[in-house]
Amino acid sequence: MELRRVVVTGLGALTPIGNTKDEYWNALISGKSGAAPITYFDTEKFKTKFACELKNFNATDFLDRKEARKMDRFTQYAMVASDEAIADSKLDLDKINKLRVGVIWGAGIGGLETFQQEVLNFADGDGTPRFNPFFIPKMIADIAPGNISIKHGFMGPNYTTVSACASSANAMIDALNTIRLGHCDVVVTGGSEAAVTIAGMGGFNAMHALSTRNESPETASRPFDATRDGFVLGEGAGAIILEDYEHAKARGAKIYAEVIGGGLSSDAYHMTAPHPDGIGVIAVMKNCLENAGIQPEEVDHINTHGTSTPLGDVAELKAISEVFGNHAKNISINSTKSMTGHLLGAAGAIESIASILAMEHGMVPPTINHEVVDENIDPELNLTLNKAQKRDVKVAMSNTFGFGGHNACVLFKKLD
Amino acid sequence: MSDIASRVKAIIVDKLGVDENEVVTEASFTNDLGADSLDTVELIMEFEKEFDIQIPDDQAENIATVGQAISYIEGAK
Repeated sequence: MELRRVVVTGLGALTPIGNTKDEYWNALISGKSGAAPITYFDTEKFKTKFACELKNFNATDFLDRKEARKMDRFTQYAMVASDEAIADSKLDLDKINKLRVGVIWGAGIGGLETFQQEVLNFADGDGTPRFNPFFIPKMIADIAPGNISIKHGFMGPNYTTVSACASSANAMIDALNTIRLGHCDVVVTGGSEAAVTIAGMGGFNAMHALSTRNESPETASRPFDATRDGFVLGEGAGAIILEDYEHAKARGAKIYAEVIGGGLSSDAYHMTAPHPDGIGVIAVMKNCLENAGIQPEEVDHINTHGTSTPLGDVAELKAISEVFGNHAKNISINSTKSMTGHLLGAAGAIESIASILAMEHGMVPPTINHEVVDENIDPELNLTLNKAQKRDVKVAMSNTFGFGGHNACVLFKKLD
Repeated sequence: MSDIASRVKAIIVDKLGVDENEVVTEASFTNDLGADSLDTVELIMEFEKEFDIQIPDDQAENIATVGQAISYIEGAK
């Protein structure tokens, strides 16, 4: 059976540095930080008092009040980003066969705020379990794609992949394979997350996962810098329309890029720590190259997982050197988490969008906030430090790794 | 309008996102005001909270309109 080719025909982004795909791109190349003191709740007693929240976002500008009230923020974000991507794709929703349109979404956690609020309400009461009937359907991680399908009538495969910070990369790879195998013509994919909550910040703080650079939030996410001290939590959504190449060509769609392969692996090592020799990360990039049927030398750009944690950043770069050998120094490597923070289950989606737009514009966004050289990092690697770089990107890789040891990697290629 | 009636109507407007003018005595939550089964459960819970009463499930089933809600609550207070 011959596999179908799969292309990207629509993008949508709702991020801490821009509320649309275009705003996001402009912020990326200008090196803007999305980090600021938390406004959602009182952080006085929290170790970390900042995050990358969305700015100037009101759900009711996009959804009617009744609709918005029945959705956790992670679903609201999914609705907004997927609407932008669908509009961007110019798909004629009255003409396409909706039985062959799927929604495969990624969320690392789901409706954390809804869960938190319901449990707090219960704790305030006399022990009578008076839970809101919307508690469960608002909270479950699969409700975002459910709501997208309800809004548009998409009746193809519909589910959420959950693999922590790799979730939306997993979703994209499932979407890719679903179209490759001929089960769908179009899949709305991507991911969303809204974990900037009391429980999210408190929980990640307890793991010592978050930066505590409270005196300078905007410089706290500093991947590859020797003084990095943890990730900065972000929120938002990225949506990507994947489409059968022939289907896209037949309707004269704008094609951003081809998705040429996906790689998956597991560290099988520790719940949260990366493997010190990066064996799972090496495996995932090799799997991905093999799945795409390309040579390592063809890769021009890698958007790393690069979360700004002491262990993870070095392990990932060592793995890149191992997989790409001498070619590693020719690759434009970056971490856009330096600007957006870490969007957990939405990271793979918004970072893939950054790579696809880098291809479109011939420009690689920077890794901002780099000040102090880390002696453990090969100085020959081009980490796109502090300033965007012009680069004709033909093949781009996006890496994401999740707690639990889940690794996922996606490869995009510019169409000739 | 009684105090209870106006509080009941305010809850319905808030939870169902409908216009106040639509919330007339004979309006049915599901047929006229667009409520689904979960909305109806939520409304009953809000009435219980607002008026500090308990509405057993078998009686909640009989509260399908604005007027039925108001008279049930007036009777329970």
